[in-house]
Parts: sequence; structure tokens; C-alpha cells
Amino acid sequence: MAENQTYYVPEQSKWPIVATVGLGLMMYGLASIMVFDTTGSWITFWIGSAIMVYMLFGWFGSVIRESREGLYSPQMDRSFRWGMSWFIFSEVMFFAAFFGALFYTRVFALPWLGGEGDRGSSNMLWEGFQATWPLINTPDPQTYPAPEGTIGPWGLPLINTILLVTSSFTVTVAHHALKENHRKKVKTWLTATIALALVFVCVQGYEYVHAYRDLNLTLGSGIYGSTFFMLTGFHGAHVILGTVMLIIMLIRINKGHFTADNHFGFEASAWYWHFVDVVWLGLFVFVYVI
Amino acid sequence: MYLIFSFAMFLLGGAMAMVIRAELFQPGLQIVEPEFFNQMTTMHGLIMVFGAVMPAFVGLANWMIPLMVGAPDMALPRMNNWSFWLLPCAFLILVSTLFMEGGAPNFGWTFYAPLSTTYGPPSTTFFIFAVHIMGVSSIMGAINVIATILNMRAPGMTLMKMPLFVWTWLITAFLLIAVMPVLAGVVTMMLMDINFGTSFFDASGGGDPLLFQHVFWFFGHPEVYIMILPAFGAVSHIIPAFSRKPLFGYASMVYAVGAIALLSFVVWAHHMFTVGIPIAGQLFFMYATMLIAVPTGVKVFNWVATMFRGSLTFEAPMLFAVAFVILFTIGGFSGLMLAIAPADFQYHDTYFVVAHFHYVLVPGAIFGIFASAYFWLPKWTGHMYDETLAKTHFWLSFVGMNLAFFPMHFLGLAGMPRRIPDYALQFADFNMVSSIGAFMFGATQILFLVIVVKCVRGGEKAPAKPWDGAEGLEWTVPSPAPYHTFSTPPEVK
Repeated sequence: MAENQTYYVPEQSKWPIVATVGLGLMMYGLASIMVFDTTGSWITFWIGSAIMVYMLFGWFGSVIRESREGLYSPQMDRSFRWGMSWFIFSEVMFFAAFFGALFYTRVFALPWLGGEGDRGSSNMLWEGFQATWPLINTPDPQTYPAPEGTIGPWGLPLINTILLVTSSFTVTVAHHALKENHRKKVKTWLTATIALALVFVCVQGYEYVHAYRDLNLTLGSGIYGSTFFMLTGFHGAHVILGTVMLIIMLIRINKGHFTADNHFGFEASAWYWHFVDVVWLGLFVFVYVI
Repeated sequence: MYLIFSFAMFLLGGAMAMVIRAELFQPGLQIVEPEFFNQMTTMHGLIMVFGAVMPAFVGLANWMIPLMVGAPDMALPRMNNWSFWLLPCAFLILVSTLFMEGGAPNFGWTFYAPLSTTYGPPSTTFFIFAVHIMGVSSIMGAINVIATILNMRAPGMTLMKMPLFVWTWLITAFLLIAVMPVLAGVVTMMLMDINFGTSFFDASGGGDPLLFQHVFWFFGHPEVYIMILPAFGAVSHIIPAFSRKPLFGYASMVYAVGAIALLSFVVWAHHMFTVGIPIAGQLFFMYATMLIAVPTGVKVFNWVATMFRGSLTFEAPMLFAVAFVILFTIGGFSGLMLAIAPADFQYHDTYFVVAHFHYVLVPGAIFGIFASAYFWLPKWTGHMYDETLAKTHFWLSFVGMNLAFFPMHFLGLAGMPRRIPDYALQFADFNMVSSIGAFMFGATQILFLVIVVKCVRGGEKAPAKPWDGAEGLEWTVPSPAPYHTFSTPPEVK
């Protein structure tokens, strides 16, 4: 804050309003797909999504252009940094809600249903119900058919853990290379990161198919399936988003963007990638292993 | 923009409250069906919380924080613009549910499962997505506030020299970023339970409906501080200005706000004393809740100490601010009564609770907003508002508000349950008084609209600093403040 430079105030922009229309249509469409399921709602949803994609390209495009024209001051850079860090913090809290649900169920709700602890009397709802984890016998199997098995931690999930942790290393190597201006090295390591990410997504997809088809482990198979798919599913969605970010970074590097000391776009994607990795470690420990 | 939108929502939510009070004017069912009554209580709560109070404070933040820290605009102006436009969009979806088959959400603004999942109307899904959009908007707004405050302060303005309104907003923004994603998480779980057969809140699949309340109130309790902390900040500007004395105990004010914010994360289950949580949990949450009274007491003490021996004058902002301190304290005390777990078993879900939170929200948040509006209107418009009309507005609001909400304490202690369209005969008199007060308070708000429009269109020219005792960067620039005021940062000693 020491320097007295003038503030950068960007041009008026049409993107916010485009984004609102896009997101509004998309959300409204999604809700009406779930409630009414008509062709109209699908059309609304797709129009909304198309506008969102157009907006994302346009908005980030103009930010990138302004940044490359050198319009941004160090102050803007700091604002972007604060913005990105707090965005990641909000994502952490989002996952915290689901982890909280998982812990609450395992520590309190299920033992109570099984007849233990302060509210053990709730066992009378389904007499003879045994609380186990993973929950392979739901209290009411008619409504929530139990899964036949769960995914063990030491097969595919272990492979996935190794993949993601490695990718966190490779992206850091790429970052250091960028700082030293070895552009070729950056490309190699970034491509490696993206490849690892894509393999991860494929393995995860295979795991889901396996769970649904062979184990009858679905969203509807009681609380284990609910927490399992919600946590890993949202994580998977974040992995895909992070991968898209990294791919865009690769394209930008191929176009010759970024310099050794001005590459916040790259850093932001790397931060995001590390965040995704850390969430996975939490998942691996609490969803699969314990 | 935010402020106009929020006032429109205030009137809409207010109109719904009028429907509620009209129905409750006399015992028996007269005007509306019970189902519609439930939709009204739900929508009234949602619109007032998310549509009126929060955007009003975000609006004040957008206008005042850049002026107070000496910046041209918020740090990320385009994102700011987006977070505004999302709000009308979210409320369009929310209000449209009123016209859907099965009606609008009818399960109260707290949307407890399973009322909202197993037994909710089909429009619940739309409601969930509306909440998602509001959440996105609030998070972006909050990120923006934090980035502005941390990064765009004028040289020389250290953290402990920041105006209190800025401090309270910094902490509010932190709370928003921490809890809005949790709200998004809980409505997502609802969405999955309703549409995709998960069993988060269904015990027959191993879940627990109580889980909903835990996650919801983890969001919900910090949320009430989100609605009150900026008002604390604004009042901490107004009282010194009209007492012509500096604020008593600046540092303790900052620490008190911080303490309230931190404590707000560990008190959520005091909303749930009657659901059968373990005794150890009840004790913990009871004591933690009472602890909040300590920093709040520090703040009230400091405001009173600021007024002590000041040369006080009572213009409209000061009237609202003093009423804020007194009435908020009443709301705080009834909060303490509710915090005592065994007493809460009696009070829970009665009109006493309704009286409590209306006493903190109406004279707390809403009076705080009115006070700030009158305080800064000359700065925004360049004209003085009509003082006589403003004082009329204050006295009518003050009397109407107390008439509406004070009898609710008695109703609640006598055992009248909340969220009910009909009641036993012995509650009739107090309900009638309460309804009359509510109509009075509601009608008075039209006067506020008149005052503001008059002030925007003309009136006595306002000097750069219309109040003798006011301090801060915002008073160093002409009224109205020029577009993108500080394009080069001013020095702060």
C-alpha cells in the first residue's frame, strides 16, 4: 500500500448481466427438469448453459486481454489474489458441510438408531437394527435397498490417490519452471499433470459404474451411498473443473502468454489444483479407509 | 441499486406480514386459507432476511466502504455488478413459486426436513435453486468487500484506524464466506433427498432429520449476526457524530465484534434445545450462548458511555440510533431468557420467540438501516432530507413497532404457538393490538419512500460535512460524492 499509483478502474462491461441471464435460465431449467421434465425445461437449461459458456469465454477473454495490455496494477493483482483465496476458502466450507454430515451420521445418528447412547431409544423405530459402518443393512430395506458391498480402499482409490498426489507435484514443477522461464519444461510438466487428471477422472468413472452395476451401491442405498456419492461426486466435479482450468493454462502457455513474474492465472489454477488434491486426501481417509 | 431493490423487497415482504397480521386480527379463520397463511409466513421470512436486510447492508457497504477507505470503487467492480444482478434473478424464481401448482414453499423460513423434503410442495426444487443463486451472489459480494478492505485502503490507514463500519463489514464478510457454502451444502442435500433418492434426512435409510437442523443452524446462527453486525458499525458512527465526542473504547468495539463473530460458530444448537440433544450438548450450547452477551454488553456500554456527557442533539439518524440501542437491548435480554435451556423448553416455538427475533431484527437491523440512510443521505444526494417528516417517520415507526411486537412477549408466555393462522379466544386482545401496531408500522414506511424521493429531487443544499461531529474520509469530499471519488489515494495520518 506504500506506492501512490492511480487506481485502475475497468471499463463498463456487459458480461455481468449476460452471466445473470445465463445462470438464471440454467438454474430455472434445471429445477423444472427435476419437477416437470418437459422438453421446454431442457431447452431452457441448454440455452442457459450455452449463454454461460459464451459468458465465461467472453469475460475471462476480456480480463486476459486487459492483463496482457498491461492495464493492471500490482494492486489489481493483489485483489485477484485475495479474491481467489477466499473463493477457495468458501469451497472448503462447502465440503465441510458434507464432511460434517458424514461425521454426524457415523458418530451420532447411526449408533442412536442402533440403540446406543443418549437417544438409543430411537432403536424402537426399527427393532433389531444393527448399526454398522459401512452401512450394508439399512433400517428400511424396502425404501432403501442395501448395497451388496462397498469399494475397498486399497484398489482403485489407492491408485487414484497416487495419481492425484503425483499431479500436485508435477504442477508445482511446472510452476517452478515457469518462474525460471523454461517454457518447454512448463509445457511438458503441465501436460503430464493434465494427463494424470484425466486418468483420475476415468478411474473414478469406472469405479462408479462398478458400484452401480456390480455392487448395487447407488445414491438410493441408504446413508452410506448418499455420503459416498455426494462427497466423491462433488470432488469429481471439482477435479473436472480444475482440469479445464489447467487445459486453458496450457493453451495460454502455447500461445505465449505469461511471463516469469506475471502469471497469476497459472498460479490460481495451481492453487485450485492443490485444494482439490487436499480434499481428496480427506476423502480417501474418511470415506474409504476408516 | 442494492438499496432500491432491498426497499422494494422490504415492501413486498412487509405486505406479506400485513396478510399475516390481518388474519390474526381476530380469532378464527377469516381471510386466507391455512395453507396460504403458511406460504405467507415462509415467504415473509425468506424475503425479509435474504431480500431486504442483507442486500440493504451490501448496498451500504458498496456505497460507503470505498468512500471510507479512500478507494474509487470496490476492488472487483464487475464481479460486484454480477452479484447484484443475481439477486433480482433469484427472487424472480422464488416469487414465481407462489403461482405454481401446489403453491409456494410453506414450511417456514427455516425449511426443516422432513417438512421440506418428504412433505414439501413441488416448488421446493425451485426454492432450492433460488437459494443457490442468492448464495453465489452473497459469496461474491463478501469476497469483494474483503478484497476492497484489505487491499484498497488509503496509505496510512492501518487496520486499527479503519472506521468501525468497515471493521464490522470485514467480519461480516468473513462470516458470509464461511457459512453461505454450508447453506448451499444443506439445500443440495435436500435437493438430492427430494429428487435423487438419497437419505441424508431420512432415518429409514440411516440418515437423521436432525442432521438438517444441525447443518442449517450452523449457517443460521452466524447469519443473524451477518444481519446485525453492519448495523453495529453504522450506529458506532452515528452516536459519536451527534454526541460530538469520539467513540468510547474503539479497540474494545473491534474486539467485541470479533468475539461475537467467533462465538456465533459454536452456539447453533441453542435453536434446538427441545429436539432431544444430549444433556452435555445442551449445557455447552447454553453457556456458549450466554457468553455472547458479554461482548454485546461491551458494545452497549460503549455506546452509552459515548453519549454520556456529550452535547447531544436528536436529528433523525440519532433518534433511530438511540432507539436501536434501547430496543436491541430488550431483544438481547429476551435472547438471554431463551438461551436458558430449561426455560427454553417453555418458550420454544411460541410467540415469545417471534417477539425476540423481531425485536433484534426490526429495531436492530431495520432501524440501523434507516439511521444510516438518514445519516448518509445528504452525502449521497447532495441535499438535506426533510427533518420534520423524518422525525414523524421515526416516531410512527417506533410506536408502531413496539405496539406490534411487545404484546407478542405476553402472548408467547401465555402459550400461543407461532406460525398458526388461528388461536384460542384468550389471546384475542393482544393479537388485535399487535395487528394495529403492525399496520401502523407498515403504513409508515411509505413515508420513508416519500422522504427519500423528495430528498433526491431537491431540497436544501448539503455541505461536504452536514453533521458537526462526524468524522471520516467520506466527509472530506463534496456532497454528492463525485463518480469514482478517489482516483488517487488520499493520505491518512
